Amino acid sequence: MISLAGRDIMHAWGKFVFTGVGLGLLIGVTLTMAGVYRGMVDDAKVLLDNSGADLWVVQKDTLGPYAESSSIYDDTWRGIRGMPGVVRAANVTYLTMQVHHGERDVRAMVTGVTVGEAGTPGWPPYLVAGRQMTRGHYEAVADMATGFKPGDRIQIRRNQYTVVGLTRRMVSSSGDPMVFIPLKDAQEAQFLKDNDAIHQQRRRTGENPAFNRPGVPGVLDAVIASQATNPSVNAVLVQIDPNHDPAQIAESIRRWKRLTVYTRSQMEDILVGKLIATSSRQIGMFLVILAIVSAAIVAFIIYTLTLGKIREIAVLKLIGTKNRTIAGLIMQQAIALGLIGFVVGKIAATIWAPIFPKYVLLEPQDAVSGFLAVVVICILSSVIAIRAALKVDPAEAIGG
Amino acid sequence: MNGKGIRLEGLKKRYGSGDTAVDALKNVDMHVAPGEVVGLIGPSGSGKSTLLKCLGAVIEPTAGRMILGDEVIYENGWRVKDLRALRRDRIGFIFQAPYLIPFLDVTDNVALLPMLAGRPNGVARARALELLQALDVGHRAKAMPSQLSGGEQQRVAIARGLVNRPPVILADEPTAPLDSERALAVIRILNDMARKLETAIIVVTHDEKIIPTFKRIYHIRDGVTYEEAGEGRGLD
Ligand SMILES: Nc1ncnc2c1ncn2[C@@H]1O[C@H](COP(=O)(O)OP(=O)(O)OP(=O)(O)O)[C@@H](O)[C@H]1O
Ligand SMILES: [Mg+2]
Repeated sequence: MISLAGRDIMHAWGKFVFTGVGLGLLIGVTLTMAGVYRGMVDDAKVLLDNSGADLWVVQKDTLGPYAESSSIYDDTWRGIRGMPGVVRAANVTYLTMQVHHGERDVRAMVTGVTVGEAGTPGWPPYLVAGRQMTRGHYEAVADMATGFKPGDRIQIRRNQYTVVGLTRRMVSSSGDPMVFIPLKDAQEAQFLKDNDAIHQQRRRTGENPAFNRPGVPGVLDAVIASQATNPSVNAVLVQIDPNHDPAQIAESIRRWKRLTVYTRSQMEDILVGKLIATSSRQIGMFLVILAIVSAAIVAFIIYTLTLGKIREIAVLKLIGTKNRTIAGLIMQQAIALGLIGFVVGKIAATIWAPIFPKYVLLEPQDAVSGFLAVVVICILSSVIAIRAALKVDPAEAIGG
Repeated sequence: MNGKGIRLEGLKKRYGSGDTAVDALKNVDMHVAPGEVVGLIGPSGSGKSTLLKCLGAVIEPTAGRMILGDEVIYENGWRVKDLRALRRDRIGFIFQAPYLIPFLDVTDNVALLPMLAGRPNGVARARALELLQALDVGHRAKAMPSQLSGGEQQRVAIARGLVNRPPVILADEPTAPLDSERALAVIRILNDMARKLETAIIVVTHDEKIIPTFKRIYHIRDGVTYEEAGEGRGLD
């Protein structure tokens, strides 16, 4: 026996390839949507990996520092550093903002890290160009995605920084590239007011009789000095001795420091489960709609192709073709359409994924489930056409 | 007359029921022997298509008997279980339009029937090719139907009707689209094949060009058949 479906496809290959390509682009979009989600999850994991931390110490009862704002004093790390099992502890600040470079500005997550030796938690773990920051002020290491080059002068708030090094794949959980600057500068950037505001604040403080006491001149100066500095950071990143149980250390920090502490897996749950949960539901909706649209297209095409063959189907039935053979003819064509579409979609997604502004991660396992979904959708969509074909009366071939 | 070929006795067909019932076939008696080609002629609405459909086992008669070879195939209901196999193996169809399968080449259009009956592809194609050569379209065996002339297509369709060597062939206006020379050629082929393959052929036609060629003609009027001797001219 010959393959009727195969022969029909070869005969009308133009039609098949054309619809297959259209369907393929749709499947490509679907695979890309899945890739966008995977990319977001991966970005989150890379963010956590690259921070070099085993524990995140944040303001009590917050989901900081990535999912909620968190503020703790910048001397907290000392106490944590002294706890058993803790190898390193370092302050860190995160602030997403526009970073200016000449005429251009780039949205970036400005990260303030403690200047010290490499390997300090929060530092970029590797560079692709230049060097790490060595001075306590006005140097920056930027992710390649910012487009900055070593030697560039960039502006964050009112201060100028020199880009001394470049890193890569360092992005925030929303995909913005990171720019690392010294912690002190970052703390200032978070709180720095413009000159008028500083003026205003000084005046108000000076007018407050509680601070400006006659005969006690030192009080006003001390108050103003304390107002002008920012003693807060967003979190303390903690590295622990691998022989210790992170959960146990986290528990003792919670108990003794009255702060909230997250382990790596808890942090991942927060990022994936809370921060990108809405986005993932959004993408899920897209996937559902795309699947329905794909199914509708396959169903429509296969149904139209089948209606165009009613006469032939009547003849095939009259000369004794089994219903199973005719159903197989239609279903195989639907699957063939799905196969063409899947191949086109996979190629398209692979080609265009790197062009996307955010990281698109095409996982082989998504391709496999996508493939299975395409086959199932094609089989289901051929049902309408098969029903129409099986209803054809062989007597129609004889005519009136 | 011998018992082979196809025989209809008192065949009736009623469409619908009650007030709207139509008695399309009231009393059909017919016998076509193996090797014989008979004409079936009647005005519009007389029941020709209905009769072909009953013979072709795509609609069920209401009463009467149909005997194919030695076997009663209809009497108070179908007597054969697998009507599909009956159509595939024992009845050949030739239509007014060739109705070839557009995505199969000429050989496979013909070879499809033996393939459906379970013959290996090679055997089916060899048999198809032999018939195509006998019908003078062997040189077009690899062509697609759309590349053939109307007459060539019709001969391929005839080859398809014959390829499983069915004991009976039903031809519905097989010469309508052809000029008189080609129409006569088709009738000659049918007579030839009927003799060679021992097949009973029933040709439904309006075609004045070929009516004189039949040796026997069945007239049908209001669902009743009358037999008549034909002229049997023009076959040599
Ligand atoms: N499916 C049907 N239901 C009801 N009546 C039908 C049906 N098919 C045919 N008839 C009626 O049966 C009668 C015979 O019809 P049939 O189609 O057999 O005629 P015919 O001889 O083939 O005519 P024509 O030469 O016009 O094709 C007609 O009166 C027709 O209206
Ligand atoms: Mg008719």
